Amino acid sequence: MLGFASPLLLLALVAVPVLWFLLRAIPPAPLRRRFPGVALLLGLTDESREADRTPWWLLALRMLAISAAIVAFAGPVLNPHPVAEGKNPLLIVVDGGWADGFDWQRRMAKASSLLDGAERSGRPVAVIQLADAPEPVAFKAAADMRGKLAAMVPRAWLPEDMTQWVSALPKDAYDTDWISDGLSDGGRADLVAQVSKGGSLTVFASDREIFALAPAVQADGKLGLSASRLPGGPKAEMRLVARGPDPTGTDRELAGVPLVFEDGVDTAKAEFDLPPELRNRVTRFAIDGQRSAGAVSLAGDALKRRKVALVSDAADGEGLQLLSPLHYLRQALQPSADLIEGGVMDVVPAKPDVIVLADVAQIPQAESDALVDWVKKGGLLLRFAGPHLAAADTAKLADDPLMPVSLRQGGVTTGGAMSWGAPKTLAPFGDTSPFHGLTIPADLRVKTQVLAEPGPDLSERTLAALDDGTPLVTRKVIGLGQVVLFHVTANAEWSDLPLSGLFVQMLERLAISASAGAGTAEGLTGLVWTPERVLDGWGDLGDPGSLAGVQGVDVLKALKTGPGLKAPPGLYRNEGRVVAVNAVSDAFKLAMAEWPEGLKVQDLTLPSETALKGPVLSFALILLMLDILATLFLSGRLRFRGTGVALVALALMGQPQDARADAAADQRAIAATDGVVLAYVITGDTRVDAISAAGLLGLSDQLANRTAVEPLTPMGVDVEKDELAFFPFLYWPVTVDAPVPSSATFAKLNRYLRTGGLILFDTRDADVALVGATPEGQALQRIASGLDIPPLEPLPQDHVLTRSFYLLQAFPGRFSEGGLWVEAAPPDAAKAEGMPFRNLNDGVTPVVIGGNDWASAWAVDDTGSPMFPVGRGAAGDDQREYAYRFGINLIMHVLTGNYKSDQVHVPALLERLGQ
Amino acid sequence: MTVSADLRARAEALGQTLPPLLAEAEHLASTVALGEHGRRRAGMGDDFWQYRAARVGDPLRAIDWRRSARSDQAFVQEREWQAAQQVVFWVDPAQSMNFSGAANRPAKADRARLLALALAVLLLRAGEQVGLAGQAAPKAGRGQMLRLIEAMALDLAEACADYGAPGPGGFVNHGRAVFVSDFLGDMTGVETALAAAAGRGVKGILLQVLDPAEEEFPFDGRTIFVSMGGSVSHETQRASDLRTRYLARLAERKDRLRELAQAAGWHYLAHHTGEAAQSALLWAYRALEGGR
Repeated sequence: MLGFASPLLLLALVAVPVLWFLLRAIPPAPLRRRFPGVALLLGLTDESREADRTPWWLLALRMLAISAAIVAFAGPVLNPHPVAEGKNPLLIVVDGGWADGFDWQRRMAKASSLLDGAERSGRPVAVIQLADAPEPVAFKAAADMRGKLAAMVPRAWLPEDMTQWVSALPKDAYDTDWISDGLSDGGRADLVAQVSKGGSLTVFASDREIFALAPAVQADGKLGLSASRLPGGPKAEMRLVARGPDPTGTDRELAGVPLVFEDGVDTAKAEFDLPPELRNRVTRFAIDGQRSAGAVSLAGDALKRRKVALVSDAADGEGLQLLSPLHYLRQALQPSADLIEGGVMDVVPAKPDVIVLADVAQIPQAESDALVDWVKKGGLLLRFAGPHLAAADTAKLADDPLMPVSLRQGGVTTGGAMSWGAPKTLAPFGDTSPFHGLTIPADLRVKTQVLAEPGPDLSERTLAALDDGTPLVTRKVIGLGQVVLFHVTANAEWSDLPLSGLFVQMLERLAISASAGAGTAEGLTGLVWTPERVLDGWGDLGDPGSLAGVQGVDVLKALKTGPGLKAPPGLYRNEGRVVAVNAVSDAFKLAMAEWPEGLKVQDLTLPSETALKGPVLSFALILLMLDILATLFLSGRLRFRGTGVALVALALMGQPQDARADAAADQRAIAATDGVVLAYVITGDTRVDAISAAGLLGLSDQLANRTAVEPLTPMGVDVEKDELAFFPFLYWPVTVDAPVPSSATFAKLNRYLRTGGLILFDTRDADVALVGATPEGQALQRIASGLDIPPLEPLPQDHVLTRSFYLLQAFPGRFSEGGLWVEAAPPDAAKAEGMPFRNLNDGVTPVVIGGNDWASAWAVDDTGSPMFPVGRGAAGDDQREYAYRFGINLIMHVLTGNYKSDQVHVPALLERLGQ
Repeated sequence: MTVSADLRARAEALGQTLPPLLAEAEHLASTVALGEHGRRRAGMGDDFWQYRAARVGDPLRAIDWRRSARSDQAFVQEREWQAAQQVVFWVDPAQSMNFSGAANRPAKADRARLLALALAVLLLRAGEQVGLAGQAAPKAGRGQMLRLIEAMALDLAEACADYGAPGPGGFVNHGRAVFVSDFLGDMTGVETALAAAAGRGVKGILLQVLDPAEEEFPFDGRTIFVSMGGSVSHETQRASDLRTRYLARLAERKDRLRELAQAAGWHYLAHHTGEAAQSALLWAYRALEGGR
């Protein structure tokens, strides 16, 4: 499709035939030639007068040239952004759920192109994101909408209910362009019907595959994950990775398994068989390389197996199994926790999450101290009453720090043969209780219990009470941990509680057995869940910001039917429990959207708007040059040799310039190893790459001028494909949309870093703190996440980089504010005697991270003059000089290692020389 | 002859180019191996020619006593006839001679003067008297070369006509004449000069110096041909069309020259600047020598 920026100019084409008459009359200008033989020519007449008319082909050539010029100035555009007919306002609808995250850039580019089209035709525009809460649609000028479009990010949930948007749509006529994720989200048909009423509807859908990773399921101690996609895709081999903090706390890939979709099959399964230690550290699973919340499955408590230690006074094997105080606990916890049993001093060193003391009244001082320490560090001590506790000396118990309330001696029995009252049942749980929302079975009876002494903090410590108000479960917080006392036994002796499902749910709420029912109504409702980390549409975990706590009902709904605005995917915490709300719920099924009959669904391919003005003008110019040649030929001024040269020149002009694409890898390797070659990572952004190349060229020149290092022409490196081992130094400018390298590439980069390579990461944003506050910083974090980067520190004053060639303390590039981060020095580095620096002899930092945009400061153009201004005036020149000095120091550091640090040995050497 | 200051300056400037030309001419002359240059008959001269028996009327002094003493007969020593020829040169000074069809070819004038001077050198060496028509009377001796050059320079500096023609005067009776020109101009001058020369018993050569471009006419396209001086011009739409007719005319011109030369007992040669000068020089020398 061809369009014109100023089509009216094409009217000038009408005038082209006039040229026919004009040009026909004008023969090519004669050539004056001095020739003595003219005397012999006098009187000769031309045989034909034909040549004074321009030959038809020359005329055609000229008319073509003129026409081409006219067409060129009319601004031809190949595949222009479609300018829909009509002046109706344009509604651009973006689904904006996680399914869009896979190719968000393309969608935004498409939306932007639609916006361009609307701007060109002057139509008012509105952009809405269906995943957001409905708001009235107001049409504005396209320029005003640009900001909104730029600020859009994909949500980590899918549009919940599109019918809500129906009422928000305007009543007047408007046209709709719908950039859809292609999934059958709720209420789509209604919304389609509504916008179809408003005017024409065009749907754009991506052809990219959408993957949905369902939450992990525990089975036989393994973690099973299943991923799904829309039906009918080709075979796809992917990799599923489990990520989590390593022992140092750095988030990294803990395990990876292949995930293979067979041809035409829409689900794939993978299993992780991880040791418990590793499994408890997993925070999320992700399909490698798929940037969407749907390809990420968060692991909450559900996947963790807690270590529960059971400690009982009763001697094993003497009583009946069913009477054992621990039997019901064992039954309740077995499926979801790792149990250890033994004495207190045996189990504490195993660092269990929970220690259960079933009817233990007397705790020796040593054990008590150990337990208190353990609780203070975050342990949960769960105690059950029993005959021993009821019989214990209350005075002693009052001193027990591991008892939430002081108890009356003896306990009380109700509903027995010898008592007056009927057995008690439970009162509904209070608002503040962690048990709030649990339903109490009607037939629950408590026959016997120990009684708490009334006290000022008794009601505060009571988590559950009987219907007459006597506390049944009490709790005391000690340090980071807590002690919980059930005032009944852990077996069915005193109450029905251990027999009921409520018991299991209560244990669950106390985060003792989390997995059994984290997703159940009982486990969630009635509580407020604080979002701890939330997932964004691309599948990155982030800060919840100002997100308020979420009601358990909403969390439950999110878990059952998929997350939404109310409960976005993420990790939610209530007391000790963490629930993971995933973008993809268990019940979620990927289904293709069904559009009404006759609706055109277009793909996202941008009308790759190519301005043809340049090529057409060049064509016109070439035609004019041909005209010159032809005129010369006609007037006899063109000799054969000249023709040859001209034709060769013409042929050269037509040669494609990027003929070096298929340079053999061998030649590249030879070129790279012919000498020292500085290399930069090709980011794909041509401008950034050009600056990198020019920057390294400038640095290479300076190195050659000032030092013994004479680098060859810098080379660009594609980290995915190219061999890195040839280059001692990589300059890596981080762009906002830098793709995260694949696992294989990370392995290659890590090998490179381990074997002595150095990467200079440049975020080019002058970000001082490198906290990832800028988009570039975030991109750097994404890239660095897979690299074996040692702990970093801001460049210390005595780092060898400050003196490897020049003495420097500032490292400016085009910016001068940014800091520089290098590998941290060993903490035990001591100051060398008689030297102003510490004794740091070994190791070249594998990475240097900064944001001062050094390449721009180094960059020189073909003539060797700087490409970009740095600073102002003489200070700017100084800054550029220091930028070069930094570069030289860096390369010296790369090439000579810590040679300069060896100065610490100078006194020793001098002494040895003296001998 | 009055010579304006300007003319003299131009002549001097031109004259500065002539000594190298002279050197070149001498060099060229030295390549011509002269086996003999005598007249191959008895006559006035210094060289021995033959002995013959004395006849009645021979002066007594003429008898070669040494030879006669070896026999009974008296012998007279005859000497080879070595009367000096007077050769008058006319080298076309007109502007048409300044043409050169290619950068690496000398102008016709250069070649013409080179040939003339080389011929003069040869002739002077052979003891002939050499002069320039209208400028320098024929004289012998090496000093004449300088005068010749000077005269040529003056001639050149004076000339501003497009095409030159030899003047009818300046011939020496029964002398020799050498006309070097492209003979592209009006033929009447040549005809009268030849007629006059024939009348005075002068023999000589017509050396037509042409540029290869003039022989080939390698032109095409719309062209205005202008003579070197700019006085004559001819416009054509398609020069290539003219080629055959031009070549025909050129051949006609050559034939005419040849006819004229034959009628007057002269020799004619067309020489191209693209060729080596030696052959033309040798031809000219032979033609002068055996010009009977």
